[in-house]
Amino acid sequence: MKMLVGIVGVGQTHHRSKNTDCNGQELISIAVKRALESAELTMADIDAIVIGNMDHFESINYVDMWSVDGSGGYMKPIMKVTTGGTTGSAIGHAGFYHAASGLFDTVLVIGWEQNSESDTTAAISTCFDPITEREYSAGAIGPLAAHYIAYMTKYGATEADAALVSVRDHNNAALYNGYAHLRQTITVEDVMKSAYISYPIKLLDICPRSDGACAVIFASERKAKKITDRPAWILGVGDCHILVHLADGIGLANLPSLEIAARQAYEMAGITDPFNQIDVAELYIPASTAGVSWMEALGLCEEGGGPRLVRSGVTNMGGKLPINPSGGVLATNPIGATGLLRIGEAALQVMGKAEKKQVEGAKVAVATGFGGCFWSDITVLSSLPRLD
Amino acid sequence: MEQGKEAVKPLSVRYIADMPYNYHAGYYYSRFLRELRDNKRIIGVKCPKCRKIYVPPRIVCRDCFVKMEEFVPVSDKGTLLAFTVTNFLYTDTTTGGPKKIPFTAAFIKLDGADSNIVHCLDETDEKKIKAGMRLQAVFSDNRTGDYFHDIDHFRIIKGM
Repeated sequence: MKMLVGIVGVGQTHHRSKNTDCNGQELISIAVKRALESAELTMADIDAIVIGNMDHFESINYVDMWSVDGSGGYMKPIMKVTTGGTTGSAIGHAGFYHAASGLFDTVLVIGWEQNSESDTTAAISTCFDPITEREYSAGAIGPLAAHYIAYMTKYGATEADAALVSVRDHNNAALYNGYAHLRQTITVEDVMKSAYISYPIKLLDICPRSDGACAVIFASERKAKKITDRPAWILGVGDCHILVHLADGIGLANLPSLEIAARQAYEMAGITDPFNQIDVAELYIPASTAGVSWMEALGLCEEGGGPRLVRSGVTNMGGKLPINPSGGVLATNPIGATGLLRIGEAALQVMGKAEKKQVEGAKVAVATGFGGCFWSDITVLSSLPRLD
Repeated sequence: MEQGKEAVKPLSVRYIADMPYNYHAGYYYSRFLRELRDNKRIIGVKCPKCRKIYVPPRIVCRDCFVKMEEFVPVSDKGTLLAFTVTNFLYTDTTTGGPKKIPFTAAFIKLDGADSNIVHCLDETDEKKIKAGMRLQAVFSDNRTGDYFHDIDHFRIIKGM
């Protein structure tokens, strides 16, 4: 059986579209400082560092070394992890693995990105096979758009269903999250009137690209209990990769990688009835369309039930299962940090530290990550060390 | 030392890097590209265990993880599974120049194949495109061993 690991500190920068005030190292140092302060730790307490971003966005290799000026990793073990869109969730898992191994008591995990330094869509497109897939795969947007065509065709979901998700997430960011990049309230009409950028995805359906960083501190059970009386315990993790062949993922209307990852994590955590056992979710929803079509993979509704779930309002703040109180990816997307922000925000919820975003009494939270050719990560967190 | 506003004004340094790549197509893709170029034929490879046919051909079956060696032709007609009409500007990673937009990415299951391919449609009006439509590959006259050139595009088969 794995060792118990808890999150004891979370820090993030104020995310923006273009941050020219500081370079990547300076950006990283802000998130690290805030994470250490939130846990009342110093860099001397940190045993190891895991860092992640996507190399192509900044065109800097060896970020593990390059980031030391900001990460505080001088003369410490550092591991860099890059897995595309799931980078943030993968580094979260890597931090968990480090602490769960028993080799490191306190692990600092850092995700960051200065997306404004390059052409994000062109950089993402390099994840597709150069010989057989890259030419017509427009970064993340094209494939996500086509995937919703498959879902709409199979289940009768609509563009208006996706607009509900966009409104929910944008408005949560505007009302509750002072760190979010986009903070404007919008209406379904605004979404429906915005221009198609890749049919059926419209401008207000898609995430921005942001400059920003997030740092999260993971600690072994022994250490976590010394640092805080209410850590966010990691009860389950799941990770499922699929093929490089994007076309095979798109052709399916569903997201089997998330379904499998969720099953793994739920089993590990003891979740048998996800809709009723989960109090809040911070989901990697990069396009509003995914907020409709991926819900069944998480076991939150029946197959094809995404539109019903979203229309019912239960995923809004105040509903039975609020999704993305922070505003999620549609409001804030510093890509290497995005998945870690989901874990960090979910941790804050079960630690009772989510401030304006707080879902009252949240005990169990899930966070997801999504990347490239339709692969998925999921993390289950709780204020309780086990679910009975 | 500078003082005041000038001292805290952020600067940036511009790089315009040409970084050409030469991707090795390998054994499976080379056979695939050669058949397109020389015979206007689309080929896949069959798993000896589960008999699934993969297009484009590749070394191992995703489910059985056994080496696949039996190349088989598939049809140049297929069914449209999903599509998107992309209409925002980004850098074309092949040329480094701006991408020509709009274009319609088409995710297609060719007749006889068990996996899907991505290519483009010559129709960019989304109202005229529906998942489930039947498509036909249109080959270039001067073929060079490049999948996205030798098959110029797919067209919608009318009267379906």
